[in-house]
Amino acid sequence: MDFISILSIFVLACFVGYYVVWSVTPALHTPLMAVTNAISSVIIVGALVASAAAGSPLAKFLGLGAVVLASVNIFGGFAVTQRMLAMYKKKEKK
Amino acid sequence: MEHVTSSPWVGLAYLVAGVLFIMALRGLSSPGTSRAGNRYGMIGMTIAVATTLVTHSIASLPEIAVAIAIGGGIGFVIARRIQMTAMPQLVAAFHSLVGLAAVLVGLAAYANPGAFGILHQVPVENLLEAVIGNGGAPVGFVNEIEPQSRIEMGLGIAIGAITFSGSIIAFLKLAGKMSGAAILLPGRHVLNLGTLIAILGLVAWFTQDESAWVIATITVLSFAIGFLLIIPIGGADMPVVVSMLNSYSGWAAAAMGFTLHNTAMIVTGALVGSSGAILSYIMCKAMNRSFLSVIAGGFGAEATASGGAAKEQRPWKRGSAEDAAFLMKEAENVIIIPGYGMAVSQAQHVLREMADVLKANGVNVKYAIHPVAGRMPGHMNVLLAEANVPYDEVFELEDIQGDFAQADVAFVIGANDVVNPAAKTDKSSPIYGMPVFDVDKAKTIFFVKRSMGGVGYSGVDNDVFYMDQTMMLLADAKKMVEEIVKALQH
Repeated sequence: MDFISILSIFVLACFVGYYVVWSVTPALHTPLMAVTNAISSVIIVGALVASAAAGSPLAKFLGLGAVVLASVNIFGGFAVTQRMLAMYKKKEKK
Repeated sequence: MEHVTSSPWVGLAYLVAGVLFIMALRGLSSPGTSRAGNRYGMIGMTIAVATTLVTHSIASLPEIAVAIAIGGGIGFVIARRIQMTAMPQLVAAFHSLVGLAAVLVGLAAYANPGAFGILHQVPVENLLEAVIGNGGAPVGFVNEIEPQSRIEMGLGIAIGAITFSGSIIAFLKLAGKMSGAAILLPGRHVLNLGTLIAILGLVAWFTQDESAWVIATITVLSFAIGFLLIIPIGGADMPVVVSMLNSYSGWAAAAMGFTLHNTAMIVTGALVGSSGAILSYIMCKAMNRSFLSVIAGGFGAEATASGGAAKEQRPWKRGSAEDAAFLMKEAENVIIIPGYGMAVSQAQHVLREMADVLKANGVNVKYAIHPVAGRMPGHMNVLLAEANVPYDEVFELEDIQGDFAQADVAFVIGANDVVNPAAKTDKSSPIYGMPVFDVDKAKTIFFVKRSMGGVGYSGVDNDVFYMDQTMMLLADAKKMVEEIVKALQH
């Protein structure tokens, strides 16, 4: 992919993010932070490439370290978001 | 290189992951759809990880499996055990991990650029032949990292490092392991600006010279500026800081996505980056402060230094738990305004008990939440949800402002600056222009506070203390509410 198409994806995604996030209700801003934190750990993709590739023991070591860190975030982030969201309840109808 | 874009299906899979992440955020537009949204997020992440594992020749699957198991296990246990009041520091800690992961991935890409397909060949001219005029025919090639990838790599590492060290400081401050006060170093603006310029200069230099010292210096300086930037920012500005670091962790992921030409990372990075930026903007607006003035830091420190001296003694009334119980039982409408103090004393559960008793007596109870109440966006909402307060009893500032005129009782618990009328009237006040609750319109105000001595974060005295209809309930928030509940049941 050339730089311009990557840049296009990035800029469009910024706009999508802008509109989607404004529609998030303020009551859910804490879960929003927790879940964005979990999905930004998609950086694990890069960590996996580094730890899988042959050629550089240093890169592999760094990659595995990043895999551990990103996994803490992915599992922790989604689990804590789920825990929080499960608490939001409506008034019981009488 | 060839294996990075081996099949159109790979790109498609990452795109699907990106779309699922968008749907995860979209789900948060209401509590009802939010749980499904979170599941979309998990599916998206699974697709992204699986695609990467399937399309790369994995030489070390056991090691990777162990790494995921260790990290995942730690994350899962923390997520299950963490107390809801500790959520701000948990989020800060998680941000720091994203930042550090970005740094490690960036350095790994530097150490093994071939794996990421970011090498290009540079012809080496034979100098001797060039001199004797035999044309510039190349005699060989060396592999170098593409200059464009070096910029992306350098920026990604820099943003990641700032996110890491900044979040560590935010974590220490939020967890109370470090003074929450603003720590001001002399000449910090010059120092910060100098470091920032040095980092950008080095990233530019990196395109010319890919030596290890350049990338190492970028990393070290970025760690340093992260510390320097967050240290002078005080406790109640933390909502802005946490949102800002949230944003940075996104930009770091996006920069790495550029390096790796990976759509899922770019889309996610952009989403997270804009999300954090919007939250920072909302928080700044709710304090009527500019983003720059928050980042410049030192808010609390300066205000306390100047305001402490000339304070006159004004008469105020002390109320008791029985007074509060009696008046609220007789009331028609009660509005509860929680703040950080409620979180500190863990009063949310007993507060909900109090509301239950009042509701059983036919009182209409509502909760009013200021955008900057607590230490992170939405902090109070999560605590009330934890205490089983239905979310349709909880209102945002603009939705409840009109109700104070009909309210019989405004019950302020652990909040202060967000009800200070000086924000509306006193142009010299540091909080002037901040939107505040019109509690003074309520017939009676109960103000739960530990003592008369302390003032809010801004260090400004609050006229509400001295109003005719105000009764101060001086005690720990949890103990006071427990006593009120007891008195209500008699």
